Amino acid sequence: MAEIWSGTLWPVLVIVFYILLIAVPLMLAMAYLTYAERKIIGGMQLRQGPMTVGPYGLLQPLADGAKLFFKETVIPTGSNKIVFVLAPMVTFVLALIGWAVIPFGYGLVLADINVGVLYLFAISSLGVYGIIMAGWASNSRYAFLGALRSSAQMVSYEIAIGLIIINVLITAGSLNLSEIVLAQSGLWYAIPHFPMFMIFIVSILAETNRHPFDLPEDEATLVTGYNVEYSSMTFALFFLGEYMNMILMSAIAVILFLGGWLPPFAIFPFTLIPGPIWFILKICLVLFVFIWARATLPRYRYDQLMRLGWKVFLPLSLAWVVLTSGFLVYFDMLPR
Amino acid sequence: MAEVDLRSFTVNFGPQHPAAHGVLRLVLEMSGEIVERADPHIGLLHRGTEKLIEYRPYLQNIPYFDRLDYCSMLCQEHAYVLAVEKLLEVEVPERALYIRTLFDEITRILNHLLNITTMALDCGAMTPLLWMFEEREKLMAFYERVSGARMHANYYRFGGVARDMPAGLAEDIATWLDSFEPLFEDVDNLLSENRIFKQRTVDIGVVTAEDAFNLGFSGPMLRASGVAWDLRKAEPYAMYDRMEFDIPVGRNGDCWDRYLVRMLEVKESMKIVRQCLDQMRPGPVRTDDKKVTPPSRANMKRSMEALIHHFKLYTEGVHVPEGEVYAAVESGKGEFGVYLVSDGTNRPYRCKIRSPGYVHLQALDEMSKGHQLADVVAIIGSMDIVFGEIDR
Repeated sequence: MAEIWSGTLWPVLVIVFYILLIAVPLMLAMAYLTYAERKIIGGMQLRQGPMTVGPYGLLQPLADGAKLFFKETVIPTGSNKIVFVLAPMVTFVLALIGWAVIPFGYGLVLADINVGVLYLFAISSLGVYGIIMAGWASNSRYAFLGALRSSAQMVSYEIAIGLIIINVLITAGSLNLSEIVLAQSGLWYAIPHFPMFMIFIVSILAETNRHPFDLPEDEATLVTGYNVEYSSMTFALFFLGEYMNMILMSAIAVILFLGGWLPPFAIFPFTLIPGPIWFILKICLVLFVFIWARATLPRYRYDQLMRLGWKVFLPLSLAWVVLTSGFLVYFDMLPR
Repeated sequence: MAEVDLRSFTVNFGPQHPAAHGVLRLVLEMSGEIVERADPHIGLLHRGTEKLIEYRPYLQNIPYFDRLDYCSMLCQEHAYVLAVEKLLEVEVPERALYIRTLFDEITRILNHLLNITTMALDCGAMTPLLWMFEEREKLMAFYERVSGARMHANYYRFGGVARDMPAGLAEDIATWLDSFEPLFEDVDNLLSENRIFKQRTVDIGVVTAEDAFNLGFSGPMLRASGVAWDLRKAEPYAMYDRMEFDIPVGRNGDCWDRYLVRMLEVKESMKIVRQCLDQMRPGPVRTDDKKVTPPSRANMKRSMEALIHHFKLYTEGVHVPEGEVYAAVESGKGEFGVYLVSDGTNRPYRCKIRSPGYVHLQALDEMSKGHQLADVVAIIGSMDIVFGEIDR
């Protein structure tokens, strides 16, 4: 009995505790990301944003959540019911499990695996399935078009993202996310790989279906596209998934290019602030760019987006891979 | 080999659709994302305005014109009032003409701001809309101060306007113009040269000048195709012959040109508003024709004749001499015309309304053929359609 306890049950409990330790603050962060988005966009549009629920509208996300929770789930008659219900769950779960390998600080990571980058890449690629399933199962034309757009879009941007990640990998010499961060202690990769950093930011906008690449939802044309038939909690799961993905992608950008939990300069006043705080601050910075883009830019057309992905980003990132590896080999700076 | 029956993907676009600008219903036949045929279905906002007008005294019809295109209210009143004035042959005092010119231009700014920003919204840029709606709100406050209503002003009258502008309004409009200019520049900076916006609009929905004539275009739609036709210059009414302004003309007739023409027209309208404010002098605002204008309250107490006129005007209304007339104004959307037939009674025999949006919408199929679904949205945005005037 004691053996089962110490061998299986106790470690499982510990892992569940760790998972909750990540997931619960994450849900809270996601809720307040929606609030921050509405406030920031409100500020940019000369209005106040949510102000009525709680002081400065601070309880608005909770009210929204409660509202969605108590609404009726409508399942369309013509839909494929199992897939229809499964799709939001897939999106939500995939947005959540990516966090398993994200290091919040030195050693502060749930699963410190050696293929962390590949794991993240796989998870984010799977994300498109939720949307395709939703669009197909809804049996609605708008949703169907949204799903088609989404599949094409995600595939084309993942290739660019993959090549950008290769740049980071050959510079850092590891697939382990913690080691990638540690390799940046001298210089953040955003500086030597600046063009790649910019392309990465744009690509994660496309990858998470955010403005100006939010074609799968495109409310002006497709009336929110793939999730047009969804309501109440099924919709809320999509919504949670989208925002969680935003945070996850920002975290990846921070780890790959902005030195993860490292302070900007390893000197006195900066080293006082603990690593996880730096990590969160940097994520907020990237998230601000997400929101800023939404307030400023018009939306791309579907074919223009594809052109940008295949004809601009793909050759550019490929050329940068050649350049980086050539540089590293020539100056004998390859990491051992 | 068995024959394969290929059916195109039909999408029912609207009437409840965010980009339908009201109650437009489009049946789109598509091949993938490419639109092969766009079939507009109209009539969902039909209220029988033209028939209703036949059953009401002339004066009571003015509010119907506010409610046609609910973005350019006073321009439409102007067309109707002009038509009736032509039949009545009354002289309009100068100040009233200035006020009309002033408010026609304020209306044009209102209309163009709505269209420019909603078109941007259709292309995905939502910030200009929220910036400019605040300014529209201020313009509507001017409407309210002069007429008592924010939108449906019911302000123009046969032979003038309902009442003089309240004290201080002219100064406030001038102050507003100064504050509006930099804000409008912001919109210009955010949109006009934005690469994504240009990609979405340049070479989309091209209409050549010849096609534009054949399709019966007018207003910014025609000018974007390169034809410098503007009723304010071609057949000046009100005080437009004394105003100095340019007619912006496009070159390619695509969505971007239509957008730019409207942007520049707002600037021209601002010029006209300034000139009106400068040139305006105090004076009467309604004709003193007793058969058209009701007598003053004070006069009614003393003069039997005035009392009779008052009684006649408020029971029967204005009697308009027999005849038929067409009067048109340059409303924000194009040539807005009223064809009025009078049989000499106090009610119009027939009133045919020529609304620019109705004419423009018929070109939708031609303009959107071969474009993508997202382009249809941009094209509808650039057409500046409002269903109040299309369905009437």
